Amino acid sequence: MSKTSLDELPAEGGRGNGPLLDVDNLHVEFATRAGVVRAVNGVSYSLNPGETVAVLGESGSGKSVTAQAIMGILDVPPARIPQGEVRFHGTDLLKLSEEARTQVRGQRIAMIFQDALSALNPVFTVGWQISEMFRVHRGMSKRDGMKKAVELMDKVRIPAAKQRVNDYPHQFSGGMRQRIMIAMAIALDPEVLIADEPTTALDVTVQAQIMELLAELQRESNMGMILITHDLGVVADVADKIAVMYAGRIVENASVHDIYKAPAHPYTKGLLESIPRVDLKGHELYAIKGLPPNLLDMPTGCAFHPRCPYRQDDCVTDAPPLYEIGGTRNSACHYWREVLDGDQG
Amino acid sequence: MSDMPQAGPVPQDTQTLTTDEKATASPPPAGGRKKAARSASLWSDAWYDLRRRPMFIFSLILIAILLVMSFWPSLFTSINPFDARTCELSTARQGPSSGHPFGRDSLGCDVFARTIYGAKNSIIIGVTTTVITALVGGLLGLIAGARGGLTDTITSRVTEVFFAIPSILGALLITATFRDASLGIWLVVIALSILAWPMTFRIMRAAVLTARGQDFVLAARALGASQARVMFKHLLPNAVAPVIVVATINLGGFIAAEAALSFLGVGVQSPDISWGLMIADARNRFLEAPLPLVFPAVFLSVTVLAFIMLGDAVRDALDPKLR
Repeated sequence: MSKTSLDELPAEGGRGNGPLLDVDNLHVEFATRAGVVRAVNGVSYSLNPGETVAVLGESGSGKSVTAQAIMGILDVPPARIPQGEVRFHGTDLLKLSEEARTQVRGQRIAMIFQDALSALNPVFTVGWQISEMFRVHRGMSKRDGMKKAVELMDKVRIPAAKQRVNDYPHQFSGGMRQRIMIAMAIALDPEVLIADEPTTALDVTVQAQIMELLAELQRESNMGMILITHDLGVVADVADKIAVMYAGRIVENASVHDIYKAPAHPYTKGLLESIPRVDLKGHELYAIKGLPPNLLDMPTGCAFHPRCPYRQDDCVTDAPPLYEIGGTRNSACHYWREVLDGDQG
Repeated sequence: MSDMPQAGPVPQDTQTLTTDEKATASPPPAGGRKKAARSASLWSDAWYDLRRRPMFIFSLILIAILLVMSFWPSLFTSINPFDARTCELSTARQGPSSGHPFGRDSLGCDVFARTIYGAKNSIIIGVTTTVITALVGGLLGLIAGARGGLTDTITSRVTEVFFAIPSILGALLITATFRDASLGIWLVVIALSILAWPMTFRIMRAAVLTARGQDFVLAARALGASQARVMFKHLLPNAVAPVIVVATINLGGFIAAEAALSFLGVGVQSPDISWGLMIADARNRFLEAPLPLVFPAVFLSVTVLAFIMLGDAVRDALDPKLR
């Protein structure tokens, strides 16, 4: 049964029509003691081979939960996916059996995490952990798996890979650990790589190296990448498209170029204005006023209205749909025209 | 560190590589300076580390001596304490003398020979009870902690029922009820195991819950590890250390509990010998003749110490950060 549903997916490398990964109207909610928390409310985005989609948003905006729902690693319960689809090559992953999903994870869709030290098992050597991918999914012997591990460590540019393959995670620096995590994730040539804030725990010079490495690996293998981040600086260089999330919704969807040129949602605009700039040294740094909403007690109408400088009366009562702006752009703001033109409401 | 000697010869393969290449389609090795890496695993690294720890070697030697003593006691003493003719009531509670280095007990029997012969029952009871409780409690704790939900609730409630039983009273009840089943010392092992496994269960469950909340478990799942693999390869090695420590400490407790049961008349029965029984027998006359109590007690302490040292060394060896 599960085998059949998995076989509907085209073989590795075969590209069907339509996007590689298509998240469609995804909802995720958590049952808590205080009530149902709607962490993700109808998120949609799509990813093509070789493309990078950046999912941008503050802490708690639902970007990581979306990623974990795609991977199928949310604990159910308390999490629940009441509606939505995650189509991979046109097959809805959410309808696959757990067994079939385990086959997809790691081999077809892989994920890397923010803090590579806690994401690596402390009691096993890095070589053991990388080679585990080959032993479990490819049935390789220990020795061959270790050879592959060394190759991969070379590939992610860990110096003296052969000498370090039997070292433990705590013996590596932060950047090296993230490289090891990346090596594990790309071990089986996945078609989609989800990177959940891969550089947040690293210092700036190392951040750039890791992003460069990811971009290079992506070019080599033409994999699609979902880059989850709250760092607009990271996004500009590597992303093709940006999805901005706020309170579990996508508020703006656009190409990198369009967003940096002229944001069409007040929240995106606020985010861009909060980046420190050298030419404005001495001026007070802009901050979006207020706090992200409590997901248990969402504002009526547009979730951003209590913090929005463009707010009108109807923002409080009517939730804006995702308006289409031009061919490929969306904004969930009634007054996106004003925002685009830069008129402060 | 990676300066360890390259272990093991390099048998088989170089031919298997072709099939693997096909399977993974990964790029050619950078540099071409590939030699087989020493295959390091948790257990082989731990073993490598253990062999160089003086504490481990020392505890192993002690345990080896105790085991030899248990199974070939005649190597250590020519007196057979089961032979009533070796006891002389007229020499009761005599101090050490030639041929009787530990003196004689209240029935005039040789304390040294009895201590040597008593090792067997005490060690069998201590070790088997420890192993049974560690396996049963550990496995159930692992499953409960890893699966959570209803499985956890049910097993946790069941252990609470066992916790509620006062241990000596419970053991007394079990041994007294089944004393006709002619199980010998195994009855004591069963009674102690039934009452002690919830402790190991709790410790394992708590350790697994801690490990389960960590990112590497999520990462393992995100990279396609099955539930069983997450449980045994990722949770168990990270949770096993406290169980090992508590199990080795409990070992002494079990030998002492056996002594208590023997004292109450439901444990090891005379004329069989155990350290617990000897301690119980010698208690009444301790002030007049301390030696019949002191010697078995010292042997008991050394045994417990040996196992605690062993457990400590194993625990340290399993934690890469302490190597």
